[in-house]
Amino acid sequence: MTVTQTPTEAEQRGFVQQLTTSVNWRTGLLIPFLAVVTALLIGIVLIMLTGSSFGQAMDAYAALLQGSVGSVKAISETLTAATPLILAGLSVAIAFRAGLFNIGGEGQMLVGGMCAVFVGFSITGLPIYVHLPLALLAGFIGGAIWGFIPGILKAKTGAHEVIVTIMLNYIALRLVDFFLKTELFQREGRNDPVSKTVEASAQLTQLLGWMNPALRVHLGLIVALIAAGVINWLLFRTTTGFEFRAVGANPNAARYAGMSITKVYVLVMMIAGGLAGLAGSGQILGVLDRATPGFSSNIGFDGIAVALLGRSNPWGVVAAAVLFGGLRAGGQQMQVSADVGIDLIAVIQALIIIFVAAPALITALYRLKTPAVSTQISKGWAS
Amino acid sequence: MELQLRGITKRFPGVLANDDVSLTARSGTVLALIGENGAGKSTLMNVLSGLYRSDAGEILIDGVHQTFRDPGDAIKAGIGMVHQHFMLVPVFSVYENVILGVEPTKAGGVLNRREARREVKEISERYGLAVDPDAKIENLPVGIQQRVEIIKVLLRGAKILVFDEPTAVLTPQEVEEFFGIVAELKARGATIIFITHKLKEALAVADDITVLRGGRVVGHADPTTATPEDLAAMMVGREIDLTVDKEPGTPGRTILELTDVTMVDDYGRPLLNKVSLSVAAGEIVGVAGIQGNGQTELVEAITGLLPISSGRVEFDGADISNRSVRDRHVLGIAHVPEDRNDMGMVGSFTIKENLVLDSYYAAPYSKGGRLQKASIQESALALVEAYDVRPPLIENTGGALSGGNAQKMIVAREFSRDVPLVICAQPTRGIDVGSIEYIHEQIVRKRNEGKAILIVSTELDEIFALSDRIIVMYDGKIVAERLVGETTPTEIGLFMAGKGS
Repeated sequence: MTVTQTPTEAEQRGFVQQLTTSVNWRTGLLIPFLAVVTALLIGIVLIMLTGSSFGQAMDAYAALLQGSVGSVKAISETLTAATPLILAGLSVAIAFRAGLFNIGGEGQMLVGGMCAVFVGFSITGLPIYVHLPLALLAGFIGGAIWGFIPGILKAKTGAHEVIVTIMLNYIALRLVDFFLKTELFQREGRNDPVSKTVEASAQLTQLLGWMNPALRVHLGLIVALIAAGVINWLLFRTTTGFEFRAVGANPNAARYAGMSITKVYVLVMMIAGGLAGLAGSGQILGVLDRATPGFSSNIGFDGIAVALLGRSNPWGVVAAAVLFGGLRAGGQQMQVSADVGIDLIAVIQALIIIFVAAPALITALYRLKTPAVSTQISKGWAS
Repeated sequence: MELQLRGITKRFPGVLANDDVSLTARSGTVLALIGENGAGKSTLMNVLSGLYRSDAGEILIDGVHQTFRDPGDAIKAGIGMVHQHFMLVPVFSVYENVILGVEPTKAGGVLNRREARREVKEISERYGLAVDPDAKIENLPVGIQQRVEIIKVLLRGAKILVFDEPTAVLTPQEVEEFFGIVAELKARGATIIFITHKLKEALAVADDITVLRGGRVVGHADPTTATPEDLAAMMVGREIDLTVDKEPGTPGRTILELTDVTMVDDYGRPLLNKVSLSVAAGEIVGVAGIQGNGQTELVEAITGLLPISSGRVEFDGADISNRSVRDRHVLGIAHVPEDRNDMGMVGSFTIKENLVLDSYYAAPYSKGGRLQKASIQESALALVEAYDVRPPLIENTGGALSGGNAQKMIVAREFSRDVPLVICAQPTRGIDVGSIEYIHEQIVRKRNEGKAILIVSTELDEIFALSDRIIVMYDGKIVAERLVGETTPTEIGLFMAGKGS
């Protein structure tokens, strides 16, 4: 997913509001559920357009199901894929809440991951309960710094965070390439850009490794769930979260109430960056054990989709991330056993997002009753 | 054309917005439709303009039954709406706005500008509207913009014109001119429905008055015999006193003092020009003036929302010119802002959250950065009860409240703080009579407790009803200062228009 157009401030404000306010069972559960069902139905049509029969399409979906929840291994893969999506989704969601669009998850993941891998391989001899938290903290801080830059630029100069974060993604991507070729990072005896291996004491332990070493789901899942709980608490139970939400929903009222918009923009972008940094760290410390070019593999962008589907609600984000994780994991299986390309998964994900972002499509398709009072009707934009 | 509504009923989930509403607007007359906010006026007009379909009842034009599937049908039937919020493109010229959607074209879809300009000019002249077809909307005063809206509906063939709160955004002079236009339209045979909650205006222009309350027609009045008190009683269902009952104030020590406060815009033009004023404990100072003469900036200079260029703002003897909004709030300035939706509340927040919007950070609402749900809840329940916010459901969003109740919520938040200075900008703009009366009582009560009160209002009646001392602003300057007993609305009106000296 790449973003090439910048929405105007007003469009963005409306968009953000649409995605964060008035969450009820209908917007929060029914529409996303129908969006997923519809996207899967369209997926069948697409598979059949490639010359497969309906039966083959069903086989493909059977493989998708099998590969996502059909076995302990499948569930482990789903959760492994969901782990960084939860964190990247939270990153986008919390920024949304404060009215900012964080497109910079990729860059923040990369910078965070590089910090984590550095702490992971360069320090030796520490026990895991010191080394691992230290590496995760480094990852959070790295991402937070990469989030601080667009935050402070937005607050002080009005530079649009969408532009700045997109550009910072490119910078981060190339910085990783550069550092992986330096002596500091590059593994001895290798010419390709691969970092040194993370010490065992900084690796996120496999949760089900005692059952079968191939079950990759790792401690990062717990970290991600704790993060969701903390963000939920922060947003709805603290004065800081109150300020985030007020600034996101009505910056004028926030200013009137004496809140510092500057502080909110900077702080929320640092937290968002930190969460994405944790996502990158989790991949490094829990799955890859080393850094390679582009190890973020678009998870930062998928985080946007996860936040949209989860309506910027922390637990909604967790649910959406597990769904997308399942699609990813099942997609692999589908590719192998039903010979349907994993690209279909990307298409289905994109369709889900379109349906969630344009609920009118779903409403019309399923002839749901529209909510009776449409308050927008009589308000001109010139008012 | 004569318009008749018979038994219009419109239900929303949980709300009966219109209940068996019947009314008649006679051909070539003005019907005023009055009612409190939430009485069902807007719903009724949305039914009439084809935006909503009623659950029961019928619309007749000259006795012929009409079915409106969408706004286009209503326009074809000759109904034209002039909304309170104009729907104009600011960077387009007058004629471009007028023809938007019905553009005259030459062969091949080329816009026929000459024809468009001619049509706009003709209508403008025929009704004495005096609008330059080539002027850009953004350069025009609000009153002229409203005329553009009128030309728009006339061009589309409207014979029945519906005005939704047309005077809310106008200056007193523009209101006079608007009444002239209404008379002209009427003389040329147009039927006019005038939605308002300003009783005096309804009495001034209407031939018939219909009163709505709680979604039902509660009565009709003859403007030649009815008094504002009669109408107000019908609107709220009880006797109402439009004058504010108060003793003269007893000013104590000075709480707020401004000395030569100047504020300039980005281009260096003065918004406030050497403004000096003081407000003492136990008095109400009213700032009169036509919208846009520096009152907004004055309030923002005092509350810290906008920086001043020079001068001093003193609060209780201390210079606060450079203090933050939060600092001033903590020091003891309560502020009911001019724009309740854009500044006074967060529409998507619950009522209880809105009630702590500017005090959430302090005890008892927070402890160590954590919101104290129990205290917030408890205080919210007490406030909606004490300030009569209806419905008193603190988990509902602020945006779901009617204008008057939203304002009461904001007043509850600000007035419940025991602070020396209270600033109320347009405290009763666009709200119903019942709420106005209530808020006025609260303001006087605050003064009697010995607080310093600064009121900014464009409603001269309100200024006179509340103030002990009146200050008039014109073009960023204070042009007059009078004790309320020593002046008249006429004198103040002249100063407001920049004519007194």
